[in-house]
Amino acid sequence: MASIDIQSIRKSFGTFPVLHGVDLAIRDGEFIVLVGPSGCGKSTLLRMIAGLEDVTAGEIRIDGKRVNDLAPKDRDIAMVFQSYALYPHMSVADNMSYSLRLRRAAREKIVSAVGGAAAKLGLEPLLERRPRALSGGQRQRVAMGRAIVRQPKAFLFDEPLSNLDARLREQMRAEIKKLHGDLRATSIYVTHDQIEAMTLADRIVAMHAGVVQQVGTPLDLYDRPANLFVAGFIGSPGMNFFEGRYAASGGEAALHLSNGTILPLGRRDGIAAGAPTTLGIRPEHVVLDPRGALEARVDLIEPTGFGIIMHVTIHDVPLKIFTLDRAMLDPGPAVRVDLPQERLHLFDGEGKRLD
Amino acid sequence: MRTSKLLLTVAHRFAILAYIVVALFPLFWLLKVSVTPNDLLYSEGVRMWPSRATFEHYTFVIAHSAFPTFFKNSLIVAGSTAVAVTILASLAGYALSRFRFRAKYWIVALMLITQMFPLVMLVAPIFKMLSPLGLTNSLTGLVIVYTAFNVPFATFLMQSFFDGIPKDLEEAAMIDGATQFVAFRQIILPLTLPGIAATLGFVFTAAWSELLFALMLISGNDAATFPVGLLTFVSKFSVDFGQMMAAGILALIPACLFFLLIQRYLVQGLTAGAVKG
Repeated sequence: MASIDIQSIRKSFGTFPVLHGVDLAIRDGEFIVLVGPSGCGKSTLLRMIAGLEDVTAGEIRIDGKRVNDLAPKDRDIAMVFQSYALYPHMSVADNMSYSLRLRRAAREKIVSAVGGAAAKLGLEPLLERRPRALSGGQRQRVAMGRAIVRQPKAFLFDEPLSNLDARLREQMRAEIKKLHGDLRATSIYVTHDQIEAMTLADRIVAMHAGVVQQVGTPLDLYDRPANLFVAGFIGSPGMNFFEGRYAASGGEAALHLSNGTILPLGRRDGIAAGAPTTLGIRPEHVVLDPRGALEARVDLIEPTGFGIIMHVTIHDVPLKIFTLDRAMLDPGPAVRVDLPQERLHLFDGEGKRLD
Repeated sequence: MRTSKLLLTVAHRFAILAYIVVALFPLFWLLKVSVTPNDLLYSEGVRMWPSRATFEHYTFVIAHSAFPTFFKNSLIVAGSTAVAVTILASLAGYALSRFRFRAKYWIVALMLITQMFPLVMLVAPIFKMLSPLGLTNSLTGLVIVYTAFNVPFATFLMQSFFDGIPKDLEEAAMIDGATQFVAFRQIILPLTLPGIAATLGFVFTAAWSELLFALMLISGNDAATFPVGLLTFVSKFSVDFGQMMAAGILALIPACLFFLLIQRYLVQGLTAGAVKG
C-alpha cells in the first residue's frame, strides 16, 4: 500500500490542453473518487497515474518515488477497466494469474493467491471458464480478482460499474466498499455517477473542464459545495438556482431576481449591494407549508415510489421540490413553499461560494 | 405466413445453388477434360462427361514430366512468401494500428503508391536490379519480389484486424507487468489468428498463381514454378489439353489443403467475450 502525490499535473493532447494543473495528495489506504461529467479529464488523470498516458508537466509520486518516466509494469499498480479487458483466450484462473506468471512467481504462491482472490469474490466455480462464458457481473468480478491477486500498491478503477445494469451496479458497489474495508488498499476510482462517488469515497475530487473544483468528504461536497458546478453536480435531483442581484436594506438582505421577484435572505455580510449573486437550494430542503411565504404553480408531479419530485414555478422561475408527503401526489394547481434560511447557498458572480 | 417463409428459404437456397454452379463450373470442366482420353477429346463433341474416363494424364504428369519439380518450387516460393509477408505485415500493421510516430502518414501514402503501378511497367527495372545480384533464375529472387509486392496490402489487412482488438487489452497486460512486445505476443497475436490466417491464405494463393514475374525472372525448368510449367504443355503445333488440365487439378490440391488448414481460424471470432458484448 502506498500514498500517491500528484503535483501540478498538466496534460495536453497535441496543443489541446485537457488538464490544467492538478494537485492532489492521496493518503495511504484512502479511497478517492474522481467525479465529473464526461470530458472533464478524470479518466486522463487516472491513466496518467497508471502510466498509460505521458505526463505533459508536473510530477506523480507513488510512495514518495517519482514515477513520471516509469513504465506501467514497473509502477506496481492494478487497474480495473470499464470494458473489464479480460484476456479472451485465457481461462478465468489464467486471467487472474497472468500478472504473477509474468513476474515468475512460484507455483504454490500463484495457486494460493488465485484461490484466495477467487474465494473472496465467489469465483471458485468459474475458474476454468473463458470470459465469453461469463455474465457481465461475473466478468466484472474477474476483473476485480485480477487486480487483487497481486496485492499492488494501489488500485485504479476506471468507471468499473457503468456497463452493469442498475441492480448489479448497486450490489457490486457494496462489494467494492466491503473489499476496500478488508484490504485497506489505496484506491482511486473514476466515475460520472454521483451516487457511486458519495457512497464509496473517503474523499471526493470533483472535476470540471480539466480543473479540480473541490476536494472533500462526500458530506462536505453535499453540505458546502465550493462553487456552482459542484452544487449542481452533487445531489439528485439537482440543486435549484435563482440568479439575481444582492440588496440589503436595514438588517434584512434580499435577492432581487431579474423579473422583479424579491427573495429574502436573512443577514449576510461582506456582499456588495447590487453584486450579481446566485442563490441555491436543494429540492429536498424546500419546505411545503400552507403558510409559506411564496406561492408556486404546480407544473408536473414525478412519483419515485420513495418520494415525489414536484416541478413548480415561482414567478416564472422553475423550481424542483422533493418531498416524502404522499398528499402531494395530488397537490392541486398551486402550493405554498418556504426556503429556509439555513439551507440556502449563495454564490458570487464567478460562481464561487459566499459565506 | 408459414408458406411464404418456406418459399423465401427455397428461393434463397436456389440463389446460392445457382451461384455455386456458375462459380464451380470451370473447375468441373477442368476435371472433365483431365480424365478424358486423348482419342475422345475431339471426337465426342461437347458432353458433360466422356464415355470412358482415364487417369493416364495424371500418371504421365507425375511420372514423366518435370511437373514434380515445378510443384516443389511453387510450394517453396508460395510458402516462404506467405510466411515472410505475414510476419512483416503483422509487425508493420501493429505499428500502424497502435503507435503514433513521425512520417506515419507518408509511409502509408508511399505504401499505397506502390499498389498503383501496373506490374508490367516494373518487370524490366526489377530484372535489371536482380540480375547483377544473381537473383534471376532463383527461387530466392522470386520470394523477395513477391514479398515486396504483397507486404503493403497485407499490412493494411493486418492493421484492420489489429484495429478491431480493443486497446484496453494490451493496456491491461502492460499494467499486469508485460512490456509492449510481450503484450503483443501473448495477448494480441493469439487474438489475431483469424487475421493471420486470412493474410497467409491471401498471400499464399497470390504467390502460388503468379505468372508474370515467374515467367520473366526464371528461364529453364529447374527453378520454374507451376504456372510457368503449365506453359510447357503448349507447343508450337498443339496444346496437350488432357495433361495440362491434370496438372491444373494437381496444382489445386495444395491450395485447397492450405485453406482447409486455416479455415478454422478464418471463421472463429476469438475476441468474443473480451469486452462487454
